[in-house]
Amino acid sequence: MAKKILEVNDIHSYYGHIHALKGISLYVEEGEIVSLIGSNGAGKSTTLRTISGLMHPRSGSINLGGTDITHMEPHIIVSNGVGHVPEGRGIFPKLSVRENLDMGAYTINDTPKNSERIEQVFTLFPRLKERVDQYGGTLSGGEQQMLAIGRSLMLNPRILMLDEPSMGLAPVLVELIFDIIKKLNKDGTTILLVEQNAQMALSIAHRGYVLQTGNIVLTDTADKLKKNEMVQKSYLGIE
Amino acid sequence: MKTFTSNPFYKFIIFPVGQMLAFILGAGTLLSVIIILLAYIFRGSVTNLDLVERTITILPKVLIDGITIGFVYATIALGYTMVYGVLEFINFSHSEIFMVGGVVGVELLRYFDAQGSLATMNEYVVIGMAIVLGMVIAGGLAVTVERIAYKPLRGAPRLVPLISAIGMSFILQDAVRLILGLTTGEFNVILPQFGTFDEFQILTIPGIANAVQIQNKTILLIAVTVMMLVGLNFLVNGTKIGKAIRAVAQDRPTASLMGINVNLIISLTFLIGGALGGAAGVLFALKVTRLDPFVGFFPGLKAFTAAVLGGIGNLTGALLGGLVLGLLESFGASYLGIFTEGAFGAEYKDILAFAILIIILIFRPSGLLGQTVGQKA
Repeated sequence: MAKKILEVNDIHSYYGHIHALKGISLYVEEGEIVSLIGSNGAGKSTTLRTISGLMHPRSGSINLGGTDITHMEPHIIVSNGVGHVPEGRGIFPKLSVRENLDMGAYTINDTPKNSERIEQVFTLFPRLKERVDQYGGTLSGGEQQMLAIGRSLMLNPRILMLDEPSMGLAPVLVELIFDIIKKLNKDGTTILLVEQNAQMALSIAHRGYVLQTGNIVLTDTADKLKKNEMVQKSYLGIE
Repeated sequence: MKTFTSNPFYKFIIFPVGQMLAFILGAGTLLSVIIILLAYIFRGSVTNLDLVERTITILPKVLIDGITIGFVYATIALGYTMVYGVLEFINFSHSEIFMVGGVVGVELLRYFDAQGSLATMNEYVVIGMAIVLGMVIAGGLAVTVERIAYKPLRGAPRLVPLISAIGMSFILQDAVRLILGLTTGEFNVILPQFGTFDEFQILTIPGIANAVQIQNKTILLIAVTVMMLVGLNFLVNGTKIGKAIRAVAQDRPTASLMGINVNLIISLTFLIGGALGGAAGVLFALKVTRLDPFVGFFPGLKAFTAAVLGGIGNLTGALLGGLVLGLLESFGASYLGIFTEGAFGAEYKDILAFAILIIILIFRPSGLLGQTVGQKA
């Protein structure tokens, strides 16, 4: 059995008085793509935000490769190797593409290594190289998604969390992004993927969790989830 | 061309200084042309002197005064605008940070004076020490105020930290009053006589009837503020820390996901803003020579206005706003009395300056350079 990189244990998170996560437990093993699927407001993004420290759970624990990160600040969690591409991509609109990438490597003070990483990102996304001096805010949606993913790769994360990478993109770009995610995984990156597009998510994932109103209602391998009647009905549009 | 503009010397020295010169020349020329035109129009209606000649004679002095006070406003305004850029919050206690900087600087000079060593020291070294001490104390105080009064309220509705800032303003005023009252027995601190600045050095500009006099104190003030503004521009646009400040201003949660310690960057913003305010306070004290604990209110309010005029959150805007406001005020102070034959004197300068500001803001509500939070300065 592969090593568990991330282990989330019965976390409860709140927005003010709203109980958003009602005891989420999940784990991600090294080399896996794990997908969280569910409808709007099910708690998918909140789960990622809680893991990366943008919000803290009231109870429960989060363990990253043996380190308890439950109460750490986000900038510390990042330097422990959690890459988080937030919902809406979080591109700095008034920083250039290169500056955005530099920000991804903010915690690493190794200039030659960072330049090498930037070249790797450009190999992966040649479009970004053409736009290197442009402001992030002037990129198209697809390019912004590429930049957001490229930026989080600057850190060479132990686990990469992607929040709705397909949101607002044309189908052809969605295919492209998912191909990239598959490729990254093949090259050894562990991925936790949040998607509303359950079809796409389950097509590349090894395992999946189904969230409903802050609870995990189902978990299985991706293949079995695809055949599950409830999943087919609610998330895959198959009657 | 691209290789030239990406040259660091151009980017961090020539460009910002050129920008300042452009603002000064632009605003100065525009106001000068307007005032000379007005003088021609009204030359018949003022009887006891030649309005045009009088206007032109004092014009250089008016411009220099305006630019001097404009740089002071700009330096204070940067503190407001930087904090606004990062937190979208108006730090109303910044005027008291400015005042504390000035008081600290003057107290240092008074201390040297009491020791009897002031007369023997080089005046520029003394001023340098006063500025550095003012910057350190004011910067440290700004960070402390943020930690105590603003940070706990970061999630609160926007009005709450604003009230906290106003409260902090009163607390600082009275704290300084208390400390000064206990140590010196009175609230006013008066700059001791020192150095030879008031033996004005003369800068003559040929072709104008009266030679134009600039105290080298004024040159010093402009030189120091220009250096600080150039330094700030380099810090914000040329360093990793500056990139982090801009990232935090643009998107705080995402900045933390990049591994940026957002709280540290916010403290740093207060430190920089406070240090600039403190330096401005010392320079202001050299100019006015007499301070009290309430002296920060008007310059602070005007610097805040300058920040809004330029487009709050925009560093270049703060510079432009400060210079425009300083010039407007100086023109108002000098020409109102002459044009109205004494019916409205210099004391109406603020009414004139603010009336013009209101008109500008009616037509450009987001300020002269628009609201571009976190943009490159």
